[in-house]
Amino acid sequence: MKLTITINGKNELLECAPGEMLTEVLRRAGYVEVKKGCDTGNCGACTVLLEGKPVLSCSYLAARADGKNITTIQGRVDEARRFAQFLTAEGADQCGFCAPGFTLTVLAMRDELANPSEADIRHYLAGNLCRCSGYEGQIRAIKNYLEAQHE
Amino acid sequence: MSEQHRDPSASGAPARPAPALSATNKFHVVAHDLPKVDGEGLVLGRPAYTDDLAPANALYVKLVRSPHAFARIVSIDAAVALALPGVACVLTWKDCPRVPYTRAGQGNPEPSPHDRFILDEFVRYVGDEVAVIAAEDEATAEKAAAFVAVKYEVLEPVLNFENALDNPIILHPEPEIHEMFPIGFEPKRNIAAAYHMELGDVEAEIAASPVKIETTVHTQAQQHVAMEPHVAFSYLDVHGRLVIYTSTQNPWHTRRLLGLALQKPIREIRIVKPRIGGGFGGKQQIHVEPFVAMVTLKTGRPARLALTRREVFEATFTRHEMRVSVRLGADPNGHLRAIDMQILSNTGAYGEHALTTFMVAGSKTLPLYNKIAAVRFGGHVVYTNKVSAGAYRGYGAIQGLTGLEAAMDELAHKIGMDPVELRRMNMIHEGETSDVFRIMGEGTEGVAMTIESCKLEECIARGKELIGWDPARLVREVAPGKLRTKGMAIAMQGSGIPLIDMGSARVEFQDGGFFKLHVGATDLGTGSDTILAQIAAEELGVEMKDIVVHSSDTDHTPFDVGAYASSTTYVSGSAVQRAARSLREELIAAAARKLGAAPGDIVYENKNFRSADGKNTLSLDDFSFDTLYHDGAAMQTIAATESFSGEKSPPPYMAAFVEIEIDTETGKVDVVHYAAVADVGTPISPMLAKVQIEGGILQGIGMALYENVRYSEKGHMLSHNMMTYPIPSREDVGRITVEIVDSYEPSGPFGAKSAGEIGIDTPPSAIANAIRNATGVRLTEYPFTPERVLAAIRAGAASGSIGSRLEGAGARTAPRAK
Repeated sequence: MKLTITINGKNELLECAPGEMLTEVLRRAGYVEVKKGCDTGNCGACTVLLEGKPVLSCSYLAARADGKNITTIQGRVDEARRFAQFLTAEGADQCGFCAPGFTLTVLAMRDELANPSEADIRHYLAGNLCRCSGYEGQIRAIKNYLEAQHE
Repeated sequence: MSEQHRDPSASGAPARPAPALSATNKFHVVAHDLPKVDGEGLVLGRPAYTDDLAPANALYVKLVRSPHAFARIVSIDAAVALALPGVACVLTWKDCPRVPYTRAGQGNPEPSPHDRFILDEFVRYVGDEVAVIAAEDEATAEKAAAFVAVKYEVLEPVLNFENALDNPIILHPEPEIHEMFPIGFEPKRNIAAAYHMELGDVEAEIAASPVKIETTVHTQAQQHVAMEPHVAFSYLDVHGRLVIYTSTQNPWHTRRLLGLALQKPIREIRIVKPRIGGGFGGKQQIHVEPFVAMVTLKTGRPARLALTRREVFEATFTRHEMRVSVRLGADPNGHLRAIDMQILSNTGAYGEHALTTFMVAGSKTLPLYNKIAAVRFGGHVVYTNKVSAGAYRGYGAIQGLTGLEAAMDELAHKIGMDPVELRRMNMIHEGETSDVFRIMGEGTEGVAMTIESCKLEECIARGKELIGWDPARLVREVAPGKLRTKGMAIAMQGSGIPLIDMGSARVEFQDGGFFKLHVGATDLGTGSDTILAQIAAEELGVEMKDIVVHSSDTDHTPFDVGAYASSTTYVSGSAVQRAARSLREELIAAAARKLGAAPGDIVYENKNFRSADGKNTLSLDDFSFDTLYHDGAAMQTIAATESFSGEKSPPPYMAAFVEIEIDTETGKVDVVHYAAVADVGTPISPMLAKVQIEGGILQGIGMALYENVRYSEKGHMLSHNMMTYPIPSREDVGRITVEIVDSYEPSGPFGAKSAGEIGIDTPPSAIANAIRNATGVRLTEYPFTPERVLAAIRAGAASGSIGSRLEGAGARTAPRAK
């Protein structure tokens, strides 16, 4: 079946099979910044923004995205680069495989929550798993990033 | 988890001191926190990982896998699958060379038995490969795989490793399989490997010891769960050579072993490792490469295979399950006289890393306590019809330590001594050695070594401060049914495998005055490309931006065994340091010729060469154009290639202290604070070392509390996705504090040792000891699920031991009567 999806502001006409998930369709169309980690909606590596809100594209039917706005990390590259400075300043990027999805969720949290506490941050990002960092460095990076946003 | 659990004042820890080396740092690039060279690109999602780079016209490869734990393949009918439009080929064991090999990425000759064919007539676990399908698109490949009709003769499996030894059911009767050198391989007895050593007379020493301790713990299989699933693609280049891009930790071992398994000359294979999404040992082996290679060789077409997460769980490798028994003999004052460690290890269906993980359980734990008269280590590694075990961060040491550190704490309880003081009295110090180093290597004899850097005393002292350690007040009731309790453990690891691991590096001077750094070393997300560039920049007196790193390509970078055994900083880093030092000497000699001076009269600083009299100067930038474009017959490429093979493996050390909260009504354990202090020598990048240790600790906490590979009675894996095998999330642990003490290893690059594995080793031991302190019961079955902890609480309550160590009056007991 044919889908029209606006991806990072660009109208894309895409083919998909019924029942196919959004991750597959996006990666096949060249949006390889959307990572495939667990296939079961647990790890968060495949996170994209759907109308500005984070969704797990591995568990979101591609057909449902027809006519909608999808944003990958490349669609918010300037903000992502800014956050990357804080993340890499802590060494908490590590293997980087979870980073695009994780970073998109951080940006969504910044848009949504005014002054998140550490508990709020951990809770908002609980669905973005990382096996390398132990999370502590990522929390340090997020706090520094949010603090700098206020300045 | 409530906010209260993360209250930093709970432990009364003082504020974190300045990072290591800040005051004394005499380096300009090394021991500085610099962003990872690939960091921003990866955050922005630039195509970098294997699956991002696969050619668009590649065939999709899918595998038919065994539904049985043990079976003989009677027939494979692929006619229907082959008839599907878009199916390129179906390959079975009859298409494979009948050559046994090992999938373990290890040196040559491998200490793992050659007990595996790419595909075989027998399948030995649920998920073992049966047939290889390739098709134009993924959906067709999946459909075709479902249409391959396989008839099996189902055999009775051996699933419990306690029953494997000398079981009448033999997993590996095939005549072709063999060991590469004596490793105790006895397949007729289901033994993949065995080993025994004894120094002194352990039985006599223990018999003569006034205090005797005996503990047995059972550690479970654990999964790596690197975020990127195993993936590879292959194609034939213009010369007809086989090129494989793969998420591997060891490109050269993969090339060599693949050459053997495919019966192709090594020169006809090129392995490239792009960025990897984590490894942890899970990619120190061969899992997907043979299948894409077979398809490319059969069809001439590019081929790609990315495992599903379920396949990663069911059909790659796990940590070796082990039963670890430790006996101690000691004097009543706490002086250890003898240690006996006996292990049974479960290698699963094939013997990858069987001998070496098992030996490391002793060789990288027993030297911790070196003031003994006798020590013994031995046991077997057995085959079972479960997914193979392989390399996993900690590599046996974490399992061995659970037995040793349990026994040490039991000894402390028995003689009424602070477990910290017991360890301090018996542990290794700088300037000392252990005979275990000399006797036990990884599959071979070891290498004698005197410890030149060991800051365990400092690690312990700082760790006590961080957690607020008071042996009289380890347990307190913070709310009804909530016990807070502390425990600790110490650990060591290694830095590469001495005289076996070799790394090399090439540095080349480029126009514009920058340097190409080519290393075989394999960055699996740890930042090794970055820290190797830091070492080169330090040695060459330039900035990080002047070093361009290229790594892990068997055609274009020099040899390296790969990223495992905590080797990269020490082994590959030493090679980089040597190469950069040679190049610096070459540069100075060439600049001296140009300036008409003796090399000894040239001062090189701030990227400028200056004659001693100050009359002639030459910038690195100008010189780079001169040597490549301007200087006629004197033009030359200025480059240096150097190698390093360690003559020792200096251990990093850690002292770890944990405070947990036990819910006495549910048995749930929450980690409130994990405080770990490490001696890694000079951290080349303090922040990368620290994050790696923090990550290791969290994996170790996962192993301690809930990560567990579970099977049905027929050998089907029940924990085959991230719902049934959860890994720690951001909300699961209170606080992890990691500090690195000042230390300098004279044999390492700029004083460095290693940091990759030491972090994971302590949590299973420290948490067990904390539970023991609160309940009086030694939990011996990992992981410590609420059910098991609750049983311990009830046993402790029944015996009256629980609550006896509570802070203040020992009158309160838990759980409280309602």
